[in-house]
Amino acid sequence: MTASIATNQTILVVGGGIAGMTAALEAAECGKQVILAEKTPTLGGRTSLLYRYFPKMCHPTCGLEINLRRLRGNPNVRVMTMTEVAAVTGSRGNYAVTLKVKPRYVTENCTACGDCGNAVSAEIPNPANYGMDKIKAAYLPHGMAYPQRFVIDPSIAATPEGEKAKAACKVDAVDLGMQEETLELTVGSVVWATGWRPYDANKIQPYGYDRYANVITSLEFERLADPRGPTGGKLLRPSDGKEAKNIAFIQCAGSRDENHLRHCSRICCMATLKQTQYVREALGDAGKSTIYYIDIRAIDRFEDFYQNVQKDATVSFIKSKVARIALNEENNSPILHGVDTEGYHRYASEHDLVVLAVGMEPEVTGVKLPDDIILDSSNFIEGSKTEGMFGAGSASSPLDVNRSVQSATAAAMRAVQVIHKTASTEAA
Amino acid sequence: MADNKFAAYICSGCGLGDKFNIAGLEKVAKTEGKMTVIKTHPFLCNAEGVQMIKDDIANDGVTHLCIAACSRRAKTEAFVFPTAAVSRANLREGVLWIVAEGSDHDEVRQEMAEDYVRMGCAEIKKMKVPEGNVKESSSKRILVVGGGMSGMTAAMAAADAGYEVVLVEKTGALGGFAKNLFKRVPFAAPYAEAQPTGVAELAAQVSSHPKIKVHLNSTLAETAGAPGRFTAKVAQESGSVTEELCGAIVQTTGFTTYDIAKLPELGGGQANVVDQAGLEALAIAANGGAIKRADGKEVKSVAFVQCAGQRDESGTHLAYCSGHCCATSIKQAMYFKDANPDIDAVVIYDDLRVPGMGEDFYRSAQQKGVIFTKGKASKVTGGDSCKVEFKDLILDETATVDADLVVLATGQVPNAGVNLDEWTTINTAADGGNEEAKQQRTALESTSVLNLAYRQGPDMPQFKYGFADSHFICFPYETRRTGIYAAGPMRRPMDMLQATEDATGAALKAIQAVENVGLGRSPFPRVGDLSFPTARLEGCTQCKRCTVECPFGAIDEDERRFPLFNEERCRRCGTCMGACPVRVISFENYSCDTVGSQVKAVNVPDEEDEKPRILILACENDAYPALDMAGMQRLTYSAFVRVIPVRCLGSVNTIWITDALGAGYDGVMMMGCQKGDNYQCHFVKGSEMAYYRLSKIGDTLKGMGLEPERMLTYEIAITDGARVAKIIDDYVAQLIEMGPSPMKGFG
Repeated sequence: MTASIATNQTILVVGGGIAGMTAALEAAECGKQVILAEKTPTLGGRTSLLYRYFPKMCHPTCGLEINLRRLRGNPNVRVMTMTEVAAVTGSRGNYAVTLKVKPRYVTENCTACGDCGNAVSAEIPNPANYGMDKIKAAYLPHGMAYPQRFVIDPSIAATPEGEKAKAACKVDAVDLGMQEETLELTVGSVVWATGWRPYDANKIQPYGYDRYANVITSLEFERLADPRGPTGGKLLRPSDGKEAKNIAFIQCAGSRDENHLRHCSRICCMATLKQTQYVREALGDAGKSTIYYIDIRAIDRFEDFYQNVQKDATVSFIKSKVARIALNEENNSPILHGVDTEGYHRYASEHDLVVLAVGMEPEVTGVKLPDDIILDSSNFIEGSKTEGMFGAGSASSPLDVNRSVQSATAAAMRAVQVIHKTASTEAA
Repeated sequence: MADNKFAAYICSGCGLGDKFNIAGLEKVAKTEGKMTVIKTHPFLCNAEGVQMIKDDIANDGVTHLCIAACSRRAKTEAFVFPTAAVSRANLREGVLWIVAEGSDHDEVRQEMAEDYVRMGCAEIKKMKVPEGNVKESSSKRILVVGGGMSGMTAAMAAADAGYEVVLVEKTGALGGFAKNLFKRVPFAAPYAEAQPTGVAELAAQVSSHPKIKVHLNSTLAETAGAPGRFTAKVAQESGSVTEELCGAIVQTTGFTTYDIAKLPELGGGQANVVDQAGLEALAIAANGGAIKRADGKEVKSVAFVQCAGQRDESGTHLAYCSGHCCATSIKQAMYFKDANPDIDAVVIYDDLRVPGMGEDFYRSAQQKGVIFTKGKASKVTGGDSCKVEFKDLILDETATVDADLVVLATGQVPNAGVNLDEWTTINTAADGGNEEAKQQRTALESTSVLNLAYRQGPDMPQFKYGFADSHFICFPYETRRTGIYAAGPMRRPMDMLQATEDATGAALKAIQAVENVGLGRSPFPRVGDLSFPTARLEGCTQCKRCTVECPFGAIDEDERRFPLFNEERCRRCGTCMGACPVRVISFENYSCDTVGSQVKAVNVPDEEDEKPRILILACENDAYPALDMAGMQRLTYSAFVRVIPVRCLGSVNTIWITDALGAGYDGVMMMGCQKGDNYQCHFVKGSEMAYYRLSKIGDTLKGMGLEPERMLTYEIAITDGARVAKIIDDYVAQLIEMGPSPMKGFG
């Protein structure tokens, strides 16, 4: 079917994280028509899974609330969740886009009352906690989810569990017969705000992420620290549920390494410095954080944050690329082996828990993008040959939140220019 | 009033009908709320329920409606009725989901719901639909101040989107700092070689663009007005002044390099010790050939000292990192290696900071043979043969490097104009008649960039280290002067690539500002809000609190010294309304009356009822969602509280508190955002102002014979769902212990 929801003066924004929401809102608040397509059931992206932001230690959902209020009040933006771009052809000012919309099995009637979730017993790994705990298979992705509408996991849609959800719904919002839909539409410009994903830590074999329970990623550590996370905010070791007090942070896990990601992921140093303060928040002076690093890249006024963490007696810094991790079989504690390059000492240091500051790789790595898109050597989007499609946020470069928003605002500007040209050409 | 028709719509879905006596709620809406139309629907937010309301508006003349259903944060898009005033009574997240289960709680649950209906009806009676003030003559031109890389980029971005641009540049040429560079760092793959700057080409495009008007050798003698109607007096060096009418401003006044003379220990001021800008000049002179020193000698060895006068913890130099200098030194080391691979080029660094693809640029330099040494320079001696003494951090020993030339990587000092904190102090003293202060004020104002004719000072407020940055991670463009956006290294230390991104984004914000102001709409964060504060000046005592406390400098004074509200500068936070001791400031849909009438509508139990009543005034951005979140998690909190969302704690007028306590409420809880250096208030100073004002309310309470604990203020983050529930219960327990308010029965 061909949808009449868009024209060549519409901007399509792909990805509903903070960059995509920003690009969509900034363009819409200039009066432009925008379609915001997100592949998961909710907007918010990776930032909504962070506990706090550096350097203010404030909560990402605070800005999300404002952006959602902007969105709710703006008829220029049409939000489509569970939607992926299957194909794009055409050129600046006139792209033909194919969207695929996956079934949610829940309609707009949903009031998020929670009756369906209470009715089903099947559980799935919780995507909001990177699968570290489970949730019901009829669920609201998280408290700030938008749209505020439940999702029924496809694994139960055609089962008696799905029927239970349907039976429990008093407002007739469950539709188990929903099918994947394909939409064809025309847009003038496309902003790719497809974000990033953590580099697969299993590929860094010497660190044993796949073998050792107490080696986790920095993203998983965010969820451990968050009171809404799987441990209620306690820093518990996955192997035995005991409190981790002596925690190692390994920088550049997969980044700045030609065998893995050749680029520096920019955010990891600051993220680790921030996470040492989670340890302090949870354990006070009883916690101990050790950072193994190559360079601490606390750029511009983030330097203040670095200097404050350096003054924290619970945090120590070792300039070293950790060579490998072994396991103390008795207590499941990881033992880090390497050389401290400041003075060249060998070390073999045991920690309760190891956090790998994993690098950012573009979410679209390995995904077939339109031929038009220009990628750099790490698959970040530089632009498009037809000059009507733009990268935004961490799809375009490894960026922190502040710079993703800056980048997304610039991308919105470029898209608005395309629409202006299209509109003035047609008027003339 | 004759044309107004009031209606209450009560939803009985989501279990509301099971737990509440709906007939009781209808009765409250009718007899106490005085609603003309009262309808209950089993599923108000579905198409049929919404259509029922729309029909009543279209056919039955309903103009004001109270929706008693879920939180105002839920089903927001369903309940959009553009022509009607709407209030929301939060029965679901605010009552049903937070009052403990069980019939023991039926009575308090019903009482709470009835109060919210009373409050919703009371509020709607005082609300008006904001009409908005469409300004047909509003200017859509963009004024760009500063013609460097950022300014030229912003100008092109806006012009290519169809907007007229006026660009003001102080010097006689476009190009700024960048025009004095030999090459720039690469912006795109393969990130291996320094690139031509492209400045001349960009300057030519700007100069010839039909939508861009360039004023060279010009500064701003005065910038008056507001978004949509700024009048900029552009003063030419020759003395002539041109007036330009503009709608929004992008300030891109760049940076100055940190003065090398302040670094004598690193050889600043000595022969053959230059900063990065000095090295660019030598490279331009060499034009790809052998780089020669000022004395004409060809450089065979060069040492780069990173972080010179930066990342300084002693307080003497710059505390921050300027971000670009590592990549800049790499680029400059390449100038030498590309001309002659035999030249020794060493970079002495502490942390090498080349994020993202800068890593490839770093690799490329290593392949070209540039040496990188981790160390901290302690002393540089200039002269014919320069020497750098440093602590080698790898070998843990003192070392030296000899070089023909030493380059100090000094930092960026922002050109953001007058520091308003300093100005305010001096201005206050000067206004008080202090002659010395008057001279200081004149001297300080001569350094202003914008020369804003604003009551609160001539430039944008600065954030930290003199940069005119936003304090918001999620909203980097939010300066504290509406419609004026900072971009480039005056906003934050940055490299050229980031500056071009920044300027492109800032151009969009400026376009947004001119588009919205013409329609009478508020800019960020209350985007689209059509309400606007008005003041009954006949009641004004000219106390000036509103003009001083407005976080955005929106209010000036007129010639009679009354506050002069500039609607186009206003963000609709209501801080002025909270500040006003005589309560003459109000918005059409948010006023002392809309909130005060809700406070009064609540049924305050008598002493013998043993049911305390607590008013909660909650910031709508963080505390109110946190309360919703408590409900969504089905946490319980006391049914004795009554919550009113406020735009910002800064908008809270103390009359609401004294009225509540006077009416026999047992306590008042104020819930706002974190204040202080890491403030989270989206109206900058709102929660801070609230604390300040309320710290003075103690005497009033004492005069009423009340304990100070009957009014407490809390910092609540949006994630505090569980914490806020506990805080409420703890406070209620504390009040029960204190006993009922002595004011009960006098209200």
